[in-house]
Amino acid sequence: MSAVQTAGGGTRTRSFSNRAGLGSASRRIPRSARWLGAAPLLVFTAVVFGVVLGTMVLGAFTTPQSAPGGARLTGANMSSSLQGPYLTALLGSVKLSAVSALIATVVGLPIAHVVVTSRFRALREAVLAGSGVLANFGGVPLAFAFVATLGNAGVLTSRFNLLSHGWSLYSFWGLTLVYLYFLVPLMVLTLTPALEGLRRQWREAAHNNGANAFRYWTHVALPVLMPSLLGGYVLLFGTAFSAYATAAAMVGSSVPLVTMQIADALSGNVLVGQGNIALALGVDMVLVAGLVMAIQLPLQRRSARWLA
Amino acid sequence: MARLNTLRYGRAAVLTLTGAYFLVPLACAVAFSIGAGVPGQDIGFEAYTGILTAGGFTDSLALTLELAAATIVLVLGLLVPALITVRLAAPRLRTLVEIVCLLPLVVPAVALVAGFSAVLGWGSDHFVGTPLFQVLVELQNPQFPLVLVLAYTLMALPLAYRTLDTGLAAIDLRVLVEAARACGAPWPRTLLHVVLPNLRGALLNTAFLTLALVLGEYTVAAILGYQPFAVWILAISGSQAQMSVAVSVMGLLVTWVLLLIIATAGRARRPKETS
Repeated sequence: MSAVQTAGGGTRTRSFSNRAGLGSASRRIPRSARWLGAAPLLVFTAVVFGVVLGTMVLGAFTTPQSAPGGARLTGANMSSSLQGPYLTALLGSVKLSAVSALIATVVGLPIAHVVVTSRFRALREAVLAGSGVLANFGGVPLAFAFVATLGNAGVLTSRFNLLSHGWSLYSFWGLTLVYLYFLVPLMVLTLTPALEGLRRQWREAAHNNGANAFRYWTHVALPVLMPSLLGGYVLLFGTAFSAYATAAAMVGSSVPLVTMQIADALSGNVLVGQGNIALALGVDMVLVAGLVMAIQLPLQRRSARWLA
Repeated sequence: MARLNTLRYGRAAVLTLTGAYFLVPLACAVAFSIGAGVPGQDIGFEAYTGILTAGGFTDSLALTLELAAATIVLVLGLLVPALITVRLAAPRLRTLVEIVCLLPLVVPAVALVAGFSAVLGWGSDHFVGTPLFQVLVELQNPQFPLVLVLAYTLMALPLAYRTLDTGLAAIDLRVLVEAARACGAPWPRTLLHVVLPNLRGALLNTAFLTLALVLGEYTVAAILGYQPFAVWILAISGSQAQMSVAVSVMGLLVTWVLLLIIATAGRARRPKETS
């Protein structure tokens, strides 16, 4: 989900402007057949997505087949998905995502600023291309790169004897460190267009009015950047929240995460009959991700409008 | 002057720290995979030379590439006609198509796979003996699990939509089509010889991005119990730690080269199109 947001932020504005006159090209197609080209896509998504999501929601609100009395409507799955170990995992995911997204936002802003204002074109190009790559770099390879570096037998760990200093990669902060590896580039990508939109004249005007750099940032630049920063933060939160492979390859279950709970319940690592709770957790995740989108899309549109 | 200097040092510090954070893990991964920096081990490239002969490598890579090919075909086969239709004939469908394509963003991979496994489990409980059961069995064929192609297609839709839509916005589709039609080209010829060649860049981008997604995908395949590339890497990590890191490094390099090709091709293509 990571690069999706940044890859084509501006495409929406180039919407179809030619609605008034459908040209001769379309006049030769019978009216009823006009939507036929879009039919495969719509049918595919309706069937596959519809069946999958439908079953998930249905399963989240019914008892399993094997339960006494068969499948009945119930809210028990949803409520137990918000209790006990599941609640711990959900909160763990929220905490990890919130903290790592916050750090990535705070760290990403100066990096993006340095890159955007750099005199060297080559540096900008290299960092932006590199960010595009790193933002997509998650999953198993990332986990292994960090295990080889800072894991229990990692190169840095054994060289500097970090274990005796209480270091563990397989912890909350270890996981945060790893998540930053793809979150910071994502933030840099998100912020670059916004920072490029900051006019030089604004800074000069502020200075002429006697503002120092600090006042310029707090009263001019940061307010203008705020939609981009918030939108970026929410996007990063969503990305970290739905990440699974990195954590699964790295920490196992030592950090409770909702994605791990779902995977465990699905693979039958826990009690039989937990499948429906996994579905309820899936619904929880969809709700959180939907909330993220609902906040992020308007913010993205708004920052695009200001900085156009 | 002093202020300028502090600014310059500040910049240098930010860049150095950033560079260190992003380069050190890669360097250490390479060092680890050749045995440098790990006490009690000789430096050697066995982990790399042994990849090709490692058990399961060719199978998992072949499976991954087949899945990627099928996913790319399906994504392009669904999206290209839909997007062309939306631009040429049915602009009212635009919002619907956009929503449908971006909807998978709301469903994280783990939630998606939860839904898929529920469908598979529920279906095999209910439809035993019906043709639908055969379909479900076929979807889970271990030689070529079509269910993964379906899942990957959904996951690739948002990015593929944005890439293709940007590509379509860059060409004047209507003029191209009208010119071709005015010259007497029938519809199939117009599409094959006029529209698609002009979309070459966007089509390639979409294909590469989808390939990168399938190469690195772990969640869905692992939970549904298949063993493509990413799952295989994790499976061998217990017994052959060095090789798993070596394969990760190689996989990374391949993905990077792919994505860098896209990035540079994207920049290089622009001037050519306008000339």
